[in-house]
Amino acid sequence: MTAVDIKALEKRFGKTAALEPVTFSVAEGELFGLIGPDGAGKTTLFRMLATLVLPTGGTATVDGLDVVRDYRELRNRLGYMPGRFALYQDLTVAENLKFFASIFGATIESNYEMIRDIYGQLEPFRDRRAGALSGGMKQKLALSCALIHRPRVLLLDEPTTGVDAVSRLEFWDVLTRLRDSGLTILVSTPYMDEAARCDRVALIQDGHILEINTPTGIEDSYPLPLLSVKSSDRLTAKRALERFPFAYSVYPFGEELHFTDSRAEPSVSEIKTWLHEAGVADAEVTVIRAGIEDVFMHRMPTVEGQTGVA
Amino acid sequence: MTSAPAIICQGLTRKFGSFTAVDSISFEVAQGEVFGFLGANGAGKTTAIRMLTGLLQPTGGQAWVAGHDVYSEVEAVKRSIGYMSQRFSLYDDLTVRENIEFYGGIYGLRKTELHQKSGDLIERLDMEAEANSMIRSLPLGWRQKIAFSVAVLHEPAIVFLDEPTGGVDPITRRQFWDLIYEKAAQGVTVFVTTHYMDEAEYCDRVSIMVDGRIEALGSPAELKKGHGVDSINDLFVLLARGGKRGDA
Repeated sequence: MTAVDIKALEKRFGKTAALEPVTFSVAEGELFGLIGPDGAGKTTLFRMLATLVLPTGGTATVDGLDVVRDYRELRNRLGYMPGRFALYQDLTVAENLKFFASIFGATIESNYEMIRDIYGQLEPFRDRRAGALSGGMKQKLALSCALIHRPRVLLLDEPTTGVDAVSRLEFWDVLTRLRDSGLTILVSTPYMDEAARCDRVALIQDGHILEINTPTGIEDSYPLPLLSVKSSDRLTAKRALERFPFAYSVYPFGEELHFTDSRAEPSVSEIKTWLHEAGVADAEVTVIRAGIEDVFMHRMPTVEGQTGVA
Repeated sequence: MTSAPAIICQGLTRKFGSFTAVDSISFEVAQGEVFGFLGANGAGKTTAIRMLTGLLQPTGGQAWVAGHDVYSEVEAVKRSIGYMSQRFSLYDDLTVRENIEFYGGIYGLRKTELHQKSGDLIERLDMEAEANSMIRSLPLGWRQKIAFSVAVLHEPAIVFLDEPTGGVDPITRRQFWDLIYEKAAQGVTVFVTTHYMDEAEYCDRVSIMVDGRIEALGSPAELKKGHGVDSINDLFVLLARGGKRGDA
């Protein structure tokens, strides 16, 4: 069963394309990620699916309902969590939840098992004003409010932006459990590492979808050999690798450098020798598997001054 | 010239009623150091930064920023620092030049100086052709570069960067760190917060706050070795999970 079906959906504002025509579908019970930076078009896509903005071209159905024609009925079946915190800051945690339940004609009691997992962590603060919660808690409340009317499809626009690494892990654990219960979830994020938690992802940049695949499929699509280089003198190592005749790109990755060789069969010992001659004595060089972030950078349209080796 | 620390905190504390948001933190940041200030949401980072930028009075302890006392020399503290965050950044519907002049004015530059400096900056950024373009029409990477340049236009001793790379694409994010290193090499102290744990590895030293206290402080290599973990991310998760205060 297809839960979301998008065909050549686009949005233009005058001459500017916020989203170029995109086509893809999401299966029922799938956890689908839209991975890309700010300004990529993720929010525009979500707003069209949430029936809040009209497309300028193409069609989309969610749970079999057209986002333009059937918007009234569709709104009952959607749970939408916008990127900016959209709850009432002056209402308490419990009041916000009650409000969102009541506008959909639901009650907290009848649907409590939908949110037990998340709201349970919020209950000690039920009488605190929403505005006084910090990042991770606000996000849990917003998710509870988006779930309280038992939607069929959940749209989460950057739920983890500005959220710390631990809260992000917990949030994705919750999403995984919701997916396992049969809910269809579309979630967007600028954090590349979160892509691995999705069933499939779309990489999106500047209004274009670069690729749609499973996380593993995307990692497999990296077309060149990738090597990790570790050294106590990262800066010297980086400069030396950038001068290497077969360098395709060199990017810092935490304590490592990710070096892409333009040849199909690079020699680790040759690279080590090159680094050694440049004064990097302690380099550890290993061939590694590419991650989503490697692929994303490789696929990014080259903007002026944005070549990997520059 | 002896180089006094850019920031000194001794038992710095901030209470709100019975709640201790920042609980006696002590550390020093050297001139020209890139210092990563990490912590979970709600750990007290924002409160600490507000004290160090002269926006909030401590309720206990001592702190000096660029040699100025955060209690009695608040205005001098503010003049010695620059501030940039992803959320509070440039005005989209002002031009590049207007943004530079607006922020320069706020940072207290005089009109003639401002004119000179904004001209110099536009030339240095190689953006003469875009000087009169609206900020919103520029690529994200350029906007970031301008925002950072504006935060250091008045030549502060210290620049505070509060999640400067949130939501930024992976290439632009890395280019931003090149800017940070360039500025630090000129002797500017960089105090930076981030939720990208790979970026923590790019700092000279990092601190990790849990429940208002600093639970770890040192170079990324020292911290990983000392706690027997492979990455700062692992250490962060380990320490933050031990927090009792949670994220409320």
